[in-house]
Amino acid sequence: MRKIRVLAAKPGLDGHDRGIKVICAALRDGGMEVIYTGLRQTPEQIVAAAVQEDADVIAMSVLSGAHNYLFPRVMELVKEKGIQDVLVMGGGIIPDEDVPALKAAGIAAIFGPGTDTKDIIGFIQENVRKQ
Amino acid sequence: MCDPKKLDSLKAAKAKYDEKVDKVLQKIPERKKAFVNTSGIPVHRVYTPLDMEGFDYLQQLGLPGQYPYTRAVQPTAYRGRFWTMRQYAGFGSAEETNERYHFLLKSGQTGLSVAFDLPTQIGFDSDHPLAQGEVGKVGVSIDSLWDMEQLFAGIPLEQVSTSMTINSPCAVLLAMYLAIAEKQGIPFNKLRGTVQNDILKEYSSRGTYIFPPRPSMRLITDIFAYCTKEVPQWNTISISGYHIREAGSTAVQEVAFTLANGIAYVEAAIKAGLKVDEFGPRLSFFFNSHLDFLEEIAKFRAARRLWAKIMKERFGAQDPRSLMLRFHTQTAGCSLTAQQPLNNIMRTAFQALSAVLGGTQSLHTNSFDEALALPSETAVQVALRTQQVIAYETAVGDTVDPLAGSYYLENLTDQVEAKAQEYIDQIDRLGGAVAAIEQGFVQKEIGSAAYSYQREIEAGSRVVVGLNKFQVQEDKLQDLLKVDPAVGDRQVARIKELKSTRDNAAVQQALAELKQAAGGDTNLMPPILKAVKTLATLGEICDTLRSVFGEYEAPALV
Repeated sequence: MRKIRVLAAKPGLDGHDRGIKVICAALRDGGMEVIYTGLRQTPEQIVAAAVQEDADVIAMSVLSGAHNYLFPRVMELVKEKGIQDVLVMGGGIIPDEDVPALKAAGIAAIFGPGTDTKDIIGFIQENVRKQ
Repeated sequence: MCDPKKLDSLKAAKAKYDEKVDKVLQKIPERKKAFVNTSGIPVHRVYTPLDMEGFDYLQQLGLPGQYPYTRAVQPTAYRGRFWTMRQYAGFGSAEETNERYHFLLKSGQTGLSVAFDLPTQIGFDSDHPLAQGEVGKVGVSIDSLWDMEQLFAGIPLEQVSTSMTINSPCAVLLAMYLAIAEKQGIPFNKLRGTVQNDILKEYSSRGTYIFPPRPSMRLITDIFAYCTKEVPQWNTISISGYHIREAGSTAVQEVAFTLANGIAYVEAAIKAGLKVDEFGPRLSFFFNSHLDFLEEIAKFRAARRLWAKIMKERFGAQDPRSLMLRFHTQTAGCSLTAQQPLNNIMRTAFQALSAVLGGTQSLHTNSFDEALALPSETAVQVALRTQQVIAYETAVGDTVDPLAGSYYLENLTDQVEAKAQEYIDQIDRLGGAVAAIEQGFVQKEIGSAAYSYQREIEAGSRVVVGLNKFQVQEDKLQDLLKVDPAVGDRQVARIKELKSTRDNAAVQQALAELKQAAGGDTNLMPPILKAVKTLATLGEICDTLRSVFGEYEAPALV
């Protein structure tokens, strides 16, 4: 079986990448293959990269407060490209009250500050599409 | 420090103590096998004069206000006046932020600190496609001189000092500030404040870069040169370790990478034809104050001493003011937890006390709700009150550098300095800070320190109260600040109005002159000032510069 492929991305203009880089390292140590897009990616670039890399998971991090625009926009494009079986997750400074709408848009999980990386790994392993 | 005979008897006493400890340890082991601080420096059980052999007071510490400024840059420090209490603030529109500034000034804050939103920091107008969802979120949105005027409405600029966290488009925002001063009839030499203007840490740690390193360094040295003549009381740069630390570095790395960046700026300015004592006195710094209370105090003292030596020995600075490392401090945002957020008040208070005992010139204390949202008014008031309690109630400012002479603190100060110097030597060997960042060296060092820190938390060897120990079921914090999502639309409408009412021919003319200047080697501040006065937008000015300078592309590192 091939390794789970994760596209880690920083949508928007936010430069806080400590969290996503730590998660990249933890997912790799957890046996996954991780491609990190770097900063300032548009939703279009992220979804195109997910298609190109044949990603099983898109993991996005936003700490600037722009998640309510960026995450649903990524989901729209995911649907347009017909890759709904990709597991899409988000993290960062996301107020609780925003979570239901993001989940309704199709984001599978939101991870906030203080999350243990083992919980993220566990969530991916349980929810990624079965190959 | 001690008379040699007494040292001998101390050695004997210490040997006895060590024997006794061995016996105690057999019965009651210590909490950890090894005590090591975040910088990897072992922390011994006890420090004595034996750890200070060869200590030379005047050479290593000096008196306050004397080289090497380990104790303080000013002779009287906080006995003269307290540090500037300066809360970083900005959100939504200029109008809303202006209201927050008036609230803070009324609450006893003594300086302003402007937080700009990300489109502003990256030189995009609010109507740029990439600005969608970001307008007004992490700071105030400034598109043109109109917004800047609103931001400072009712605030007499000669009476406040203003710090602006702006880097890549720094020259543009500084020009807008100058244009407002001109309108208020205040001469530039009365203006006091700071611009961050520190691009190198943007490449390594913070991410709001626009242009490649070379033209960015030119913009920075142009600001040095311009302000030296025109705005002499302005701090032309705030060389920042804060974001390096927030990105995950250790305390030693924070000092090392910050001062290495400082060296790069000084070299660039000298290369641009400036004299070190012309711009040296206006360089300022910005550090983080993290959780390890004593390590942080040692860090501030070590940084002061190391910079003084660098300026004197490496660059031959003569003016004492060139040798003085003056710094702003912010408590560590990354140490705050979303769990049991009221605990953050304590964390912030200890960190603020470290900064004060380390001799900071100004201070921002974080609000307890910052792991969840931008600070609410209540939370920011508690944060400011924390500083006021330290200043007015604890009496720690009544004597200068009160912890000097502590066996541990002096030993730690020496070690932080020595380890930071090792890193600086390594960066020199790589070709300096710009090269070290281009090669990804600095980013990799920070990234691996961040990952180790996270693994310690997850393994439980590093306790975060309320997160991995002493957890509770809790209700969510109420009354978080929410930025009105309509601010984006309002800013877009304002730009439309601006563009339909200003003299567009004058704008085009000013932008054409700027473009020509950018292609040459004259100072860019005058054409930028001219452009902002015609109401050219930030985005238009930055696009003009992009068309000449190009854009930075980050190396793929992870």
